[in-house]
Amino acid sequence: MSATAIPNAPAPQRQIDNALTSGQLPRFFEVWALIGSLVVSGVLFAVVGFSVVGWIVVAAIVYLLIVGVISSIVENRRKAVDRLVRGVVVIMFLLALAPLLSTLIDVIARGAGDAFDPNFAFKVGGSHFDPVSLKVTTTIGAWQSVVGTLIITGIATVISVPIGILTAIYLVEYGRPNSTMNRAVTFLVDVMTGIPSIVAGLFAFSLFTLIIGPKAFSGFSAAIALCVLMIPIVVRSSEEMLKLVPLDLREASYALGVTKFVTITRIVLPTAISGLITGVMIAIARVIGETAPIFIAASFTNNFNADPFRNAMSTLPVMAYTGYKFPSTDVAGSVASAWGAALLLVILVVILNLIARIVARVFAPKGLR
Amino acid sequence: MTESSLAAPRRITAKARPSDRIFKFLSTGSATLILVILAGVALFLIVKAAPAIAADWTKGDLAGGTTAHHTSFLSYTAPLIWGTLWSSIIALIMGAPVAIGIALFISHYAPRRFAGILAYLVDLLAAVPSIIFGLWGIFTIRPFLLPFQHWLNAHAGWFPLFGGQASQSGSTMFAAGVVLAVMILPIITSITREIFLQTPRLHEEAALALGATKWETVRLAVFPYARSGMLSAILLGLGRALGETMAVAMILSPSLVFSLRLFTDNQNSQTIAANIALNFPESNELQREALIGTGLALFVISLVVNFAARFIIGRTGRSSGGKKAKSLPPTNPSTILALDDAESPLEALHPHASSAHPEGVKPSQPEGPRS
Repeated sequence: MSATAIPNAPAPQRQIDNALTSGQLPRFFEVWALIGSLVVSGVLFAVVGFSVVGWIVVAAIVYLLIVGVISSIVENRRKAVDRLVRGVVVIMFLLALAPLLSTLIDVIARGAGDAFDPNFAFKVGGSHFDPVSLKVTTTIGAWQSVVGTLIITGIATVISVPIGILTAIYLVEYGRPNSTMNRAVTFLVDVMTGIPSIVAGLFAFSLFTLIIGPKAFSGFSAAIALCVLMIPIVVRSSEEMLKLVPLDLREASYALGVTKFVTITRIVLPTAISGLITGVMIAIARVIGETAPIFIAASFTNNFNADPFRNAMSTLPVMAYTGYKFPSTDVAGSVASAWGAALLLVILVVILNLIARIVARVFAPKGLR
Repeated sequence: MTESSLAAPRRITAKARPSDRIFKFLSTGSATLILVILAGVALFLIVKAAPAIAADWTKGDLAGGTTAHHTSFLSYTAPLIWGTLWSSIIALIMGAPVAIGIALFISHYAPRRFAGILAYLVDLLAAVPSIIFGLWGIFTIRPFLLPFQHWLNAHAGWFPLFGGQASQSGSTMFAAGVVLAVMILPIITSITREIFLQTPRLHEEAALALGATKWETVRLAVFPYARSGMLSAILLGLGRALGETMAVAMILSPSLVFSLRLFTDNQNSQTIAANIALNFPESNELQREALIGTGLALFVISLVVNFAARFIIGRTGRSSGGKKAKSLPPTNPSTILALDDAESPLEALHPHASSAHPEGVKPSQPEGPRS
């Protein structure tokens, strides 16, 4: 076949080398476009003065422009849109990582000086007024807050975990899937996860002022507020975990004539134990960083107080808040100890999450792997 | 086997043991306790707030301090409600598209092998305590956003949102909105991600077989399937933003006004939660009760938002998900799996070890309310 066979056919505008790859961009086009846009943006910012953020933002815009224009010229509009969306979606993901990295760097960089000093974590801090010399001495320390955090979260855990797991057992083992009670409880647990934490704090405050009278600030009251936030998380995760236990195991147990109570405690719970512990750990990590409810229900203080039933109690998140918002005469020192408290808090959260992961690995039932 | 035993099988009942009864009582009791707690929250707030709502605001305790110049509970709460909604809407406008984009990236664009890790990274955002976002907002985000705000204020000041005297400190509604947007990212992302993953395989494969590009597949198969799930995820994100306390309380320099402005210092609307946190320590008895009243308003608003979200998801679970599942005969095992998933979109709210994430998105996810 030659082009002369049809006299009035339009002359081919250019030679097509390979019909399979014509009208397509090369395979690593997007990588080259990315490198190109980084260079272009870099050159641009080298002229006006360098800033990392500006460099990345402009590079992202240039990248989208390059990809969009070249792809719509060489390929077609549909493919250009496709490539653009791919670029936008990746950029959005990177955008979400930026705050995560930025907060971590901030907390570590600003809190490290204090939090890694054993005097900070294990010494009672605050301002002390000496009536003899009439001098206010400020000591830096967070021990009162560490103790307060552990006590309040501990009480909340001791109350919420049995209630949460028993409710989950009711939902999975006792209630019929579509019974009114089951649906109501599931729905209300969902609603409870949506309670704003400050409302939980107000609830605890109202409850205790009505029972005890005004100035009913106590660690226990804060723990009750945390329970309102923690129970739905525990119920949710435990329910999911109990549902993962195969029905066969239960039926095998019943077939042997084992009672329901023994089936649940000896078969179902041990099978799900790793998931249950993981869920509880993550629930603790969630509520340990709560600020507002503790601030409302336990107020704030600089004094060491290990009695959860009397007087205000300090916790790490509240200490971070008050250190910034109500600084002592030494403003820089207060802010520094606020960051120190924040870093201690992050370390606690990380430890809890690590325990959760390790427990999930170690206790995972062998039959279910 | 005799014939009579077949005809009338004797009903065998297990002997009821005390341990059984006690345990059943305990677990039923716990479930009932949930109802009691929720009712208790509403009840105690109402009881405690009633005196302030009924009180005369022009004299007595309420005439001074933080509640001065307000003639009634309504005139005190209305600007706060506005501020709460406004800040949350700003956060949603900035956060929701990004969150959905991330969900799409993790579910459809990222390499399968890394999807679990990437999802975990975004979920880590939910583990960061809100107080830390507050400190971060003050020391990093405020100065970071300031040049951008000044530029928009100078060049687009005619637009009502950007107008007014530009802030010098950066304690603006915009900065608070950015931090709120970051805080609601993980909840919206994790829910939409799970729902995107539940899109029936066949729908996507059909689109691809017709020559659709990836984006067209997403637009034609994934989005229509996930529409209601996305909507309720956004509503749950809204619920989260409404109740966010500490970040807003720390960043915003507020006043109790109806204001649209984003870049000003003292003309920002205030949110209910932040107002409570700021004024609670220095209030007297009746003013605290007024604050509890505003808390009650917040409780009601977030209940409504959460109800709406659950309702939308619940309805999808019954109608569209179920119907689609039935109209397509399962032809291969993967489809059957996908359809099994599709029948209970509610599960998506509580991501557990799903097949698509071998790395295991543990039941962690950003469900819990935070301050």
